[in-house]
Amino acid sequence: MKNWPLWEVFIRSKNGLEHRHCGSLHASDATMALENARDVYTRRNEGVSIWVVPSAQITASDPDDSSELFEPAKDKAYRHPTFYELPEELKHM
Amino acid sequence: MNNNLVQYIYGIADNALILGQRLGELCGHGPSLETDIAMTNMSLDLLGQTRSYYQYAAQLLGENATEDTIAFLRREREYKNVLLVEQPNTDFAYSIARQFLFDIFHLSLLEGLKNSEDETLAAIAEKGIKEVSYHTRFSSDWIRRLGDGTTESHDRIQAAIDDLWVYTDELFHQTDADKVMVTENIGVDTTKLKEAYYKKVSAVLEESTLNTPVMEYFQKGGKQGIHSEHMGYLLADMQYMQRAYPNMNW
Repeated sequence: MKNWPLWEVFIRSKNGLEHRHCGSLHASDATMALENARDVYTRRNEGVSIWVVPSAQITASDPDDSSELFEPAKDKAYRHPTFYELPEELKHM
Repeated sequence: MNNNLVQYIYGIADNALILGQRLGELCGHGPSLETDIAMTNMSLDLLGQTRSYYQYAAQLLGENATEDTIAFLRREREYKNVLLVEQPNTDFAYSIARQFLFDIFHLSLLEGLKNSEDETLAAIAEKGIKEVSYHTRFSSDWIRRLGDGTTESHDRIQAAIDDLWVYTDELFHQTDADKVMVTENIGVDTTKLKEAYYKKVSAVLEESTLNTPVMEYFQKGGKQGIHSEHMGYLLADMQYMQRAYPNMNW
């Protein structure tokens, strides 16, 4: 069990929405990962679809690089489309 | 009151209760967090089904019967579960083998019960099928994983299958009440499920590189209320609270 790889679990809470990351778990293979995800993360009716991805397959940004990756965007408010007047009827922008 | 119907319900519901209790014992003791939750999820599914059956039985019994008096205040001989489900959680292989050998039977039973002329039983079966389909998938996958895994896991799951095999034949025995219910189109004729059961079980065992045991003598008795030595301990554990503090509520 100590050798079981780690998997990341993504759940779609209802049709039309996107899968969202909800946690991780250990499993020896993809089938077991799906079954474990079902048992661990959808017990309270949380989802209609599950993705599992081997954690080792995820390439992540290095936290040490965050200043050069993300800080330059902080003072560029003009990139947000906040200067438009939206009509009242438009609800989901 | 239709006593045959009540006895028939006990025959089905007691299996779910006792297996649910056995699986519940694993809460906090599973080999991993994930399997621990999976086993107790199945326990809760089975206890949910038990409640539906007992509520119906209590309604038939009338007077002061409730689902709780049926679950907690009967004596050992009054429980009609098969011997298979009361067998202990010797190790993970035994828990999985017991589950697998029961699930294959349970699913085919509920698929038959879905067509019962008793609407309440048909409705309970219909709901249960979804849960039990998952149990069957879970336990079959684990049989494959252990059988086709390491030498150690292969030997241990084979030992568990060999030891529990002696309890499989009883699944298809019929009590007098069962026979009456079959003639009234309420009950499922379990003798007709036997051939398909052994075929399905053997198919999974073969895929898992496991041997199907060959046996001529089988254990029986649970359906008549004659249980194995494990049952008393299980009931003592399960009934303790109601016996020590009668009528206690949460």
